[in-house]
Amino acid sequence: MQLPILESINLMAVLPVLIIAGWACVLLVFDLLIPRSRKHWTAWLALVGLLGAAVALFFQIGHFARLGSEAAFDGMVTVDGFSIFLQVVFVLTAIVGVLLALDYLPRHGIERGEYYVLLLFTTIGMMIMSMAADLIVVFVALELLSIPLYILSGFAGMRETSEEAALKYFLLGAFASSFLVYGIALTYGGTGTTRLTGIAQAVTSDALNLPLTTVGMGLLLVGLGFKVAAVPFHMWTPDVYQGAPTPVTAFMSVGAKAGGFAALIRVLVTAFPAIASEWGTLIAVIAGLTMLLGNIVAISQSNIKRMLAYSSIAHAGYILLAVAAAQRSENASFAIGAVVFYLLAYALTNLGAFTVAIAVERDDGTGTEIDDFAGLGKTRPWMALAMALFMLSLTGMPISGGLVGKVFVFQAALQAVPGDPLLLAVVIIGVLTSVVSAFYYLKVIMVMYMREGEGKAVLPLALKTVLAATAFGTLVLGIIPGPVFQMAQRAMLK
Amino acid sequence: MLDQANFLVPPIYYVALSGILFILGMVGVLLRRNAILIFMSVELMLNSANLAFVAFARSFLDVNGQVFVFFVMTVAAVEVAVGLALIVAIFRTRRSIDIDELHSMEG
Repeated sequence: MQLPILESINLMAVLPVLIIAGWACVLLVFDLLIPRSRKHWTAWLALVGLLGAAVALFFQIGHFARLGSEAAFDGMVTVDGFSIFLQVVFVLTAIVGVLLALDYLPRHGIERGEYYVLLLFTTIGMMIMSMAADLIVVFVALELLSIPLYILSGFAGMRETSEEAALKYFLLGAFASSFLVYGIALTYGGTGTTRLTGIAQAVTSDALNLPLTTVGMGLLLVGLGFKVAAVPFHMWTPDVYQGAPTPVTAFMSVGAKAGGFAALIRVLVTAFPAIASEWGTLIAVIAGLTMLLGNIVAISQSNIKRMLAYSSIAHAGYILLAVAAAQRSENASFAIGAVVFYLLAYALTNLGAFTVAIAVERDDGTGTEIDDFAGLGKTRPWMALAMALFMLSLTGMPISGGLVGKVFVFQAALQAVPGDPLLLAVVIIGVLTSVVSAFYYLKVIMVMYMREGEGKAVLPLALKTVLAATAFGTLVLGIIPGPVFQMAQRAMLK
Repeated sequence: MLDQANFLVPPIYYVALSGILFILGMVGVLLRRNAILIFMSVELMLNSANLAFVAFARSFLDVNGQVFVFFVMTVAAVEVAVGLALIVAIFRTRRSIDIDELHSMEG
């Protein structure tokens, strides 16, 4: 066996990850020196690290637009347009995650420096997930993403719901990762390699043990399906989203989901193109079920965080439909473009909606019912307007990123396998459930404008900034989606 | 692909054993109600995967499978650290780690 040389490690390709990882370790120590009453210094320092990574990413965009893709760590990770695009989403989400917590944590009496450090660590997990080229990396990145999130969901330790959310998330998350590991073991047994490209070669060769590989792929799908909250592996989502501190919920509903989808696409598209019609069918069925369950159960929810949890399940269904559309290689670049565009649009919209939820939430953790939004249309007109925009975008109404994202997803599914009855049926389910989703999204708007209420909300500068930025982004994606979608399409795997 | 020759105990036996252990762990997670026992069942599932990895690695004469085992063991140790801390925290507030009693959120 040859020892890796410095060129094959290629540290420059993973520079943004290295910046955040190094910075997080430094911050973990440095946080000890910061007095208890000044923990917001840690937050600002975490922001500095994230901005550093953002600058590095900015330079990489141009670099990879010219060169295509680059391998690092002897081919264990691949940095290409797809991973760069998603890394931008992750870093932006992490920046928002810090800004949302800035006032929330002290208000709720849970301000500790570890929050920001754990946030950085889980961001690294997501970023590595988007560039994984080997099942070992998929597994380690998934755990690096998950374990800090288990802790973060229990961050409001003295609240029973937060503790409960953390334990449920942890037990089910560990259960799901053991499926993933066993799936990897069987795939390795069937193909003799854990390298994604190696698996793709083995699947087409004669030496393959197909039953073992197929079962392995199935178990892998269970593990990743849990992360993206697809039916029937969604049951943790409502409790965890409701119980976790709201900034954590906002961060995890976007970041962990996008990370799961990144790994799902990497594994399915890179490693299993030879059995694409099989997994395409499976994913399409799961997508249909996920849309139906998420949208229908969301109607009866009265808690905004729980409602957004079911809504996030529903949106996982739409994204899965685009993943299923990536089964044919001619359509893969459009379908993957649709996935990452949808993820970006969903990230902006959902972070915005959670920002409003944080502003309305009271210091003792109550105030998360939809009824608490009553009267906001009068007392906080701008915030109510932004919330209305986010709700319309989540429904998929015009001039919002949500609509454009859905159009791309449905288009990708329709042109994937022309005339395929299953994909057509799932697209019809998707359109119908979007109509159903208007019930519960528009209910929030109705409560804000039509019902009398106190309409109390605390909106410090950090939240205002996030709100303005996410609303602006949602509008831009809705009005001029072209440039971003072209970038998203170019983001396809090499 | 599994080469059955030159082994005292054929590797496929180990893989079968790992399958049995995995299913035992899965049944344990689904049937047990004590958080610690559920967690032990999860560990059993992870270790059954380790056994499969080592068996496959031996039959391929390939080192990658054995390397994977180290990663799985490290991650399992991390999960123990976080999981036990959470279980202790829950026990302190509720004096019980029965997961059926965790239902403060409904909907």
